Amino acid sequence: MSRYEKLIHDLGPRGFNLRGKLWVGFLLLVILAGIVAYIEQIIEGQVVTNMRDYVLWGVYISNFVFFVATSFVAAIVIAALRLTKNEWRRPFVRLAAIVGFACIVMAGITIIIDMARPDRMMNLFIHARLQSPITWDVIIIPTFMVVSLLLLYFPLIPDLAIMRDHYSKNKPRLSRIYGFFALKWNWAAQQIRLQQKSIQILALMILPLGLILESIDAYLFSTTYRVGWDSSNFAPYFISGAMVAGLGALVSVVYIVRRNKHLQNYITNYHFNKMGKLFNLALIIYLYFNINEYLIPLFTAKKGESEHLESLLIGPYSTLFWVVSFVGLLIPAILTIFKRFRQPRWLFYIAIVVVIGSWWKRYLIVTPTLLHPYVPIQGVPESWRHYFPSLHEWLITSATLAMALLIITLLMRYVPVISIDRLAAEKELAESEHKKAAI
Amino acid sequence: MKDQKKDTRRKFLNQGWKLGLASILGGAALAHLKEGSGLEGTESFGETVELMDTEGNIIEVDATQVEEMASAGQAHEVRRGMPGRKFVMVVDLAKCQNALACQRSCNKHHFVTGDNAWLKVYKMQETEETGPYWMPTLCMHCDKPACVTVCPVDATFKREDGLVLIDNDRCVGCRFCMAACPYSTRVFNWNEPKQEFEMNMEMVAQMHSPEHAGMPSVKGTVDKCDFCPHQAVKGELPHCVTACPNGVFYFGDKNEDTVTNGTETVRLSKLLEDNAGYRLFEEFGTEPNVYYLPHKDRLPFEEGLENYNEFQSVEKPDTAMENPKDS
Repeated sequence: MSRYEKLIHDLGPRGFNLRGKLWVGFLLLVILAGIVAYIEQIIEGQVVTNMRDYVLWGVYISNFVFFVATSFVAAIVIAALRLTKNEWRRPFVRLAAIVGFACIVMAGITIIIDMARPDRMMNLFIHARLQSPITWDVIIIPTFMVVSLLLLYFPLIPDLAIMRDHYSKNKPRLSRIYGFFALKWNWAAQQIRLQQKSIQILALMILPLGLILESIDAYLFSTTYRVGWDSSNFAPYFISGAMVAGLGALVSVVYIVRRNKHLQNYITNYHFNKMGKLFNLALIIYLYFNINEYLIPLFTAKKGESEHLESLLIGPYSTLFWVVSFVGLLIPAILTIFKRFRQPRWLFYIAIVVVIGSWWKRYLIVTPTLLHPYVPIQGVPESWRHYFPSLHEWLITSATLAMALLIITLLMRYVPVISIDRLAAEKELAESEHKKAAI
Repeated sequence: MKDQKKDTRRKFLNQGWKLGLASILGGAALAHLKEGSGLEGTESFGETVELMDTEGNIIEVDATQVEEMASAGQAHEVRRGMPGRKFVMVVDLAKCQNALACQRSCNKHHFVTGDNAWLKVYKMQETEETGPYWMPTLCMHCDKPACVTVCPVDATFKREDGLVLIDNDRCVGCRFCMAACPYSTRVFNWNEPKQEFEMNMEMVAQMHSPEHAGMPSVKGTVDKCDFCPHQAVKGELPHCVTACPNGVFYFGDKNEDTVTNGTETVRLSKLLEDNAGYRLFEEFGTEPNVYYLPHKDRLPFEEGLENYNEFQSVEKPDTAMENPKDS
């Protein structure tokens, strides 16, 4: 096997093994259960959730915020690292694009799930009012979706052409499909120039778009008169949180892909060490914003605010709050300082914990605030005074998470997880079309 | 020959274009003409509509007459409001004894069937040292309404007469307005409302308007106190005002500087000045149109405790039977 063929063999598409099939089957099952639950929600109304007039947003919104946060990874790894010319980003770039794209798609779907009248969705365009942060979301989410899709697609085109050529003899049908998406790519100088320019423009775009996306997500909360939300700290707090959630998700995915596809030679300890350092930076920045958000306000908290903070720090939400803060943030921030914990396996464990912590963190941002309105909660059933998601909410939320994982899984099944074209050119393999084009 | 053909075609196109424009303009002019002569459109189509007269009898009326009546009344656009008016309410906390007649009346006339009333009477006590009191709240119809600002589809809107209303046919059910309202006044139809109407549903559908909230309530949309503009057009007071046995609620027009609780009519400015009127959460800058008078020299607080139910604000038919006290 030539080195070039080995590249294709290692990185290119590979059919699911039994474990892969079981995994996809499991995801489909979870998604199916969620769809059934959602249909029931459409028929019965949001009454199937445990949201009520006080806790009017629940796990759907916190899950939405989680997806929006995680999609930010595309902006950091592809754009920020590209513009700062950090070459170690290479093996992460495509996976970051895939994770970012899957998450922003699911964010869009999740926010529709929360809408009680999805049948009137077109009103968001017909009667759009620019002053509402939801309209900002309606603008930014599809924009970010398109840009992150293109940022996944454009760098992929040469690889698709490689797949097209690779399968041309053995699997002509598959080859035709790859050929369709490869847009007649043949490494012509003009094609390469166009592609490079487009990627550069998209990378320049996605960074501000990502910052706007996370900020708008924060504005959904901070534009309301609510203790715990009404905070000018919220947008940067969300941006730093998005870095944590996004990088955590990426590290987790990369580790699993690396193990399953045996890519230890492509994504090395060096890469993980570098990524671990960036992760550490994100965690420390997020820690700083958490101190700003929860500890400093204690000094001047008004009555309502101090009640809210108390419910987080020593009240009914304190267990979750401290687990999320310590296990999900402080300890990972300390551990990743040390090189030992930036080794792939350790970093994976830390990242998984951080991602789970990030998900619950959003839950803590949404729910407790709603239980502390300015007028006391009276005259409503006892069950309205606390909130925990209902079975329907769990099924639907699990389905959205499963859908994100399914999108990631399927893309990894059919798309080279690291750019073959790029590696072949870097290693100056004879088959690399880049050399020919250069001559 | 060829040129000639081309010529005729051009001519045809040219004329056609002009004809088209002329017909559009003509159509527009005709439409205006029709609008202008709204009152004269007395052509009968033989269609009749069932209506309820002032005594509650169902009568059949010619369909064309209904339009005339509507335009002959105090015509106003639902989204703009009643010209020259500025509705305002004053709640005198000193008189409130938690009799809850207001709430019952509101629930009844707005067909509130959920678990959260639009008008609520809160048991309040700022500190242990200060006295407890009853505080009725309803929609504050703010001049700078946080709910309207965040609504993505203009389903909840602010009118020139001060009212904040909801178009339940447009609301997408995102509940952002509920999150934005600091007065927690908005309620959501989490399921299909189990409303019962004495009249048939066709008539309910005909009366359906943001000016009579709850008529009917719509699943997956937000509801709240509408300040009863359907009463105002009839020259009547909101249901809560007329129901209150103690005259707690004063309703009126800020432009006229007059409010009334049904028994006494007073100058709004004087009432607020003499009694140290205030608004709830003034510091938020929402500029509510509901004023409060402090609970100084109030009626005995304890009597209201009998009616106080921490877990219920809307009586259910079945629970009413269980509690004979209520009937």
